Amino acid sequence: MSETAEHSPHHIDVKEFHPRAKAAIHNPKIRRNFRKAMDGLMTKRKSAFEGWDLETLRDLGANIRLRALANLPDLLEQLEQKLTENGVKVHWALDGDEACRIVRDICKARDAKTVIKGKSMVSEEMELNHYLEEQGIEALESDLGEYIVQLADETPSHIIMPAIHKNTDEISKLLHEKTGTDLSHDVEYLTASARLQLREKFMNADVGVSGVNFAVAETGTLCLVENEGNGRMTTTVPPCHIAVTGIEKVVPNLEDVTALLALLTRSATGQHITTYFNMISGPRKPDELDGPEEVHLVLVDNGRSSIYQDDELLDTLRCIRCGACMNHCPVYTRVGGHTYGTTYPGPIGKILMPHLIGLDEGRHLPSASSLCGACGEVCPVKIPIPDLLVRLRQESVDGDKLHPAKVRGHGAKRSAVEAMIWKGWSWMHAHPGAYRFGTNMAARFRKLQPGQIGGWTQYRTAPKLAPKTLHERMKERGQ
Amino acid sequence: MVDPIKVYPAKPSKVYFFGTCLVDMFYPDAGMAGIQLLEREGIEVIFPQDQTCCGQPAYTSGYHDEARAVAMAQLDLFPEDWPIVVPSGSCGGMMRKHYPDLFKDTGHEVKAAEVAGRVWELTDFLLNVCHIKLDDLGEPTTVAMHTSCSARREMGVAEVGPKLLGQLSNVNLVEQVRTEECCGFGGTFAIRHPEISGAMVSEKVDTLVDTGAKAFVTTDCGCLMNIDGYAEKNRKPITGQHILSFLWERTNGTKGDQS
Repeated sequence: MSETAEHSPHHIDVKEFHPRAKAAIHNPKIRRNFRKAMDGLMTKRKSAFEGWDLETLRDLGANIRLRALANLPDLLEQLEQKLTENGVKVHWALDGDEACRIVRDICKARDAKTVIKGKSMVSEEMELNHYLEEQGIEALESDLGEYIVQLADETPSHIIMPAIHKNTDEISKLLHEKTGTDLSHDVEYLTASARLQLREKFMNADVGVSGVNFAVAETGTLCLVENEGNGRMTTTVPPCHIAVTGIEKVVPNLEDVTALLALLTRSATGQHITTYFNMISGPRKPDELDGPEEVHLVLVDNGRSSIYQDDELLDTLRCIRCGACMNHCPVYTRVGGHTYGTTYPGPIGKILMPHLIGLDEGRHLPSASSLCGACGEVCPVKIPIPDLLVRLRQESVDGDKLHPAKVRGHGAKRSAVEAMIWKGWSWMHAHPGAYRFGTNMAARFRKLQPGQIGGWTQYRTAPKLAPKTLHERMKERGQ
Repeated sequence: MVDPIKVYPAKPSKVYFFGTCLVDMFYPDAGMAGIQLLEREGIEVIFPQDQTCCGQPAYTSGYHDEARAVAMAQLDLFPEDWPIVVPSGSCGGMMRKHYPDLFKDTGHEVKAAEVAGRVWELTDFLLNVCHIKLDDLGEPTTVAMHTSCSARREMGVAEVGPKLLGQLSNVNLVEQVRTEECCGFGGTFAIRHPEISGAMVSEKVDTLVDTGAKAFVTTDCGCLMNIDGYAEKNRKPITGQHILSFLWERTNGTKGDQS
C-alpha cells in the first residue's frame, strides 16, 4: 500500500471508484436511503431561505471567506496570540499524523485513558480514533450519527449527517446488536437509549475532542455548531478539551460569524439556527464553576497551504462544510458517500481530496461529475466547484502547456491513447475543410455507423447521424 | 455562475449562427428551425462555413491545449459586430463563459472576451432580443420540458423555454418533479461513468413519463440524445425534440425546411 493510501479511511483504495459506484447504483437500499434523505434536505434548505435575499447573503459569505483567506497568515498569528492570552494552548500540525501525535501527547501528559469526541471532520481526516486506539486510549464518538458509524465500524458517508446511508431499521438492528437496546422504529426511543449510554461516558471521560466551525481571530473565540448538545458536553464536562481544525477556518471578526452561521445552518440542514451554538474562549477561570481546566487548539495544515499557493485553487478553502453541495449533487445522490472512498465525499470532496491524497490517488474524483453546476449554485460561499473540477481534470491529464499542472500527483490519468484521440479530434476541428469532409462522409455513410458505442449504448440507442449536415444544408441555401 | 446582470442588445438586422457540432451532424433540423425562426423575425442569418465545434468536449475532459486550438479556429469567424446565436445552452456557455478563461495569458484574451460577450443562447435571443410573438397553428397537445444544466445555470435561461411554450395557445406544458436535476449527459461523463449516467437518465425519463406527456422538448442536443436515446432503448412512452424544432413546427404548420 502506498504512503498516501494510508490517509484514506479504513485504507480504502480511492482509485477503485468505479466498482464501488457500480455496486452502489445496483443497491436499491443505498439508492432509496440517499434519494429520500437528499430530497428532504433540498426541500428544507429551500424553505429555510424563503424570504431571504439569498444572492446578497451568498455574496457576503463569499466575501467574508475571501477576505479571511487573503489575510490568512496574519489572521492565524492573531488567532494564536488571542487564544494564548485567553489561556488556550495552540499547536500546529503539518499533517494528520503530526496532529494525532499532538493529541496523544496531551492525553499522555494527563494520563488520559478515555476520550469523548464531538463531531469533527478534521479528526476523520487524521483518522484520530484509530490512532488513539493503537495508543491504548479509548475514543468514543458522541455525535449520534458518528456514534452509529463507529458502532458499525464504518466511516461517515456525509460530512453533516454521518449515518445518512442507514435507515431507521438498520440503526435499530445495529443498536440492538451492539448495545442491547430493544428493536424499535421509535426514533425517540433509539435516541434516548444512545443518549443514556453516552451520558455516562461524558462523566468519566478524561479528554473531550471537538472540531471548530469558525475560529475568530480578533477575540480568540472557537465557535462550534451542533444540535444534540454533545458538543457542549464534550467541550465542558471533561477536564481537558482539545479542539482540532483546519487552518482555513479562521475569520477576522466576531461580526463575520453572523452571516456565515446564517448561511451554514440553512444550507446544511435547513435550520434557521442549530439547537446549540458554542462559543469557546478559554479554560475555566478561577471564579467559574464549570468548564475544562485545559483547552488546546490543534491547527492542521494537511495539504491546505499548498492549495493556498494557487490563486484559483485557493477558492477550495472558502468551504464552511455545510454539505449543501452533496445534498444537491445528482451523482452523490446515486452513489452515496462511501463510494468516493475519501474523508470528504461529494463535490467538495472531489475538489478538496486530490490536494490531501494526491491526484494520482484521487484521479477518478474530478471526472465523476456531469458538471451540472448544482453544487456551485447552492454553495453558500460561492465556490466555483465546476470550474475547479475542470481545473483538476486538466491537472490530472497534464492538459495545458500554458498553465502547467502543479497539484501533487498531476498527470496520473493521462494515457497515450486518449491523448492521441484528443489530438486527432483537435486537428480535425481546427481544420474546417477536414471537418466538413469528415462530417459529410459520416452523413453519407451513416448506415455504417456502429450500433454499439461503449457505455452509451448500454443504456441508450446510438445517436442517429442525419442524412445531411447543417453545413451542407446551409451551403445549398447559398451560404 | 450566471452573470448577475444580462444586458440584451437591441434587435439587430444580422446575426451569426453558430450551429454546434451535435446539431450539425445529428439534429440539423433543429438548426434549420432556429435559422427560420430568426429569419421570420426579419433577421438575416450568417452561417460561417468554417465553423466546427466550440471545443467543449476537450475542455471539460481536461485537454485544454486541444480545446484551445479548436476554439482558436472559431474566433476569427465573427468579424462584424453582430450577435452570435447558438442553439444550445451548453456550447453557448462554453463560448460565453469559458472562452475568456481558455485564452487567458495568450495574445487572444481580448478577442476571446469580445466574442464571448456577443454569444447568446438562441431561445433567450428570440424571447428577449427579438421579442418574438408565437401564433400556435398546431393541434392541442401536452409537453414536458427539460432545460439543460448549462442553459439553466451558465446561461441563466431557465425561464425562457416555459415562457415561449406558454405563448402557444394549444400547448399544455407540464412540469416533471426534480425539474432542475441533471439528466446525466455531461458529455464524456456518460462514457466515463456509464452506470451513474445511466441511473440519472433512467430517473429523468421516469419523471418525464410520470407527467403523462408523450413528448418533451429541450434546449440542448446532448440532453435530447441522452433522454430520447434512453426512452427509445427502454421503450418508454415518450419522445423528445429540440425546442426550436417544436416552436417552428407549431407556428409554421409544416416540418420546416427539409431540403
